[in-house]
Amino acid sequence: MTQHFTRDKPIYSQLVDIICGDILKGNLQPGDKMLSVREYSLEVGVNVNTVQRVYKELEMMGLTDTKRGQGTFITTEEGRIQHLREDMKVELVTQFIQSIAAFGFSKEEIIQILQRKEESK
Amino acid sequence: MIQLQHVSYNYQRQEVLKDISLSFPIGQIIGIAGENGSGKSTLLKIIAGIQRPRKGTISLYDESLSRRHAADIAYLPDMDLFYSFYTTKELFTFYASQFSDFSIHKALEVANFLEVDVDVKLKKLSKGNRGRAKMAATLGRNTAYYVMDEPFSGLDPIVRESLIKGLIRYTNMEEQSIILSTHELHEVEPILDQLIVLKQGKVIAQDDLETIRFETNQDAVSWMKYVTKEKVN
Repeated sequence: MTQHFTRDKPIYSQLVDIICGDILKGNLQPGDKMLSVREYSLEVGVNVNTVQRVYKELEMMGLTDTKRGQGTFITTEEGRIQHLREDMKVELVTQFIQSIAAFGFSKEEIIQILQRKEESK
Repeated sequence: MIQLQHVSYNYQRQEVLKDISLSFPIGQIIGIAGENGSGKSTLLKIIAGIQRPRKGTISLYDESLSRRHAADIAYLPDMDLFYSFYTTKELFTFYASQFSDFSIHKALEVANFLEVDVDVKLKKLSKGNRGRAKMAATLGRNTAYYVMDEPFSGLDPIVRESLIKGLIRYTNMEEQSIILSTHELHEVEPILDQLIVLKQGKVIAQDDLETIRFETNQDAVSWMKYVTKEKVN
C-alpha cells in the first residue's frame, strides 16, 4: 500500500525513520536482504531517486551493507543496531521533554504519571 | 537535456507563455502545476515539439527542437476521446506503425499491469480505463522523455494510484525523464523530483521537492498555494 507522509519533513527522511523502526522492532533482522530500490519504490509509491537517497543514508548510518551484484542487506554487526537503539531512545525522550516543557509541566509530575501507569498494569 | 530559452507564445493577441527559460535533465520526474489557463498545456506542447514558440529557442541535446524529435519524446495528450474507434490492441498496432521505438510487447505488459481489457473499443471503456490505455500506449514507446498532459485528471484515486505505480515501474530513471502537468499534486508529490509552478504564463517558482519540505516545512500543495498568492502581479 502507498505510504502516507507528513508535510513537514522530507519524504526520504520519513522513509529512513520507517526502516529504522523496522530494524529496531525486529521486522527487519540482521542479514535480511532488503527490497531493491525499484521494488521498494513501487511498494511505497515514491520516486526511485528518493529511495536511492534513503538507501544511501542507511548505508552512511552503517545500518546496511551493499554487496555488489547481490543487493543491500541489514548489517550483521549488532553493535551498530544497538547504537541506533540508544540514539533513538535518547532522541525520543529529548523530544518528549521538550514538548512537556512547552506545556509547562514539570518532570516530576510526569514521572509520577509514568509510575502510576506502570503500577496499574 | 531539453532546454528552453526565453520562450514566449501567443495565441492571437493573448500571451500564453511569457519569457520562459527552463531545463529538463535526464533522470527526473518533473511536475508542472498551476491554475487552469496558466499555460501548462501549451508549455508541454512546445516541449514535445508539437507547437513552435513565437519567440525564444528550445533545444534537445543542443540541437534545435523540431517535429523530427518526435522520436525522442513521447507525448500523452490531454484528450479523453483518443482514437475512440480502436480497441486498445489496435491502438498499439497503430502506434507501432508510427513510432519505430514502440514495443507492443511492453505496451501489452503495461496494459496488463494496469488491468485494461485490450480487446474492447476505447469508446466503450470507462474513462478510467481509457486513461490507463493511453498511459500504456505512451509507456510502450522507448524514448528519453515522456511528456504527459494531465495523465491523472478526472480519474478516481484507485486509478491514479495504479497509474503512478505504472510510471515508477515502467520507466528507467537512469536514462529517461518524465515531465507531467497535474492538479493532483498531493498524490503525485511522492514521485516528483522537482516542481515548476506557472501563473499567467510565467514560471513563478521552481524547486526540488526535498528542498521545499526541508527549507519551508511545507508539502508541495501548501508551498504552491503560498508561491501563487505571493506572486500576484
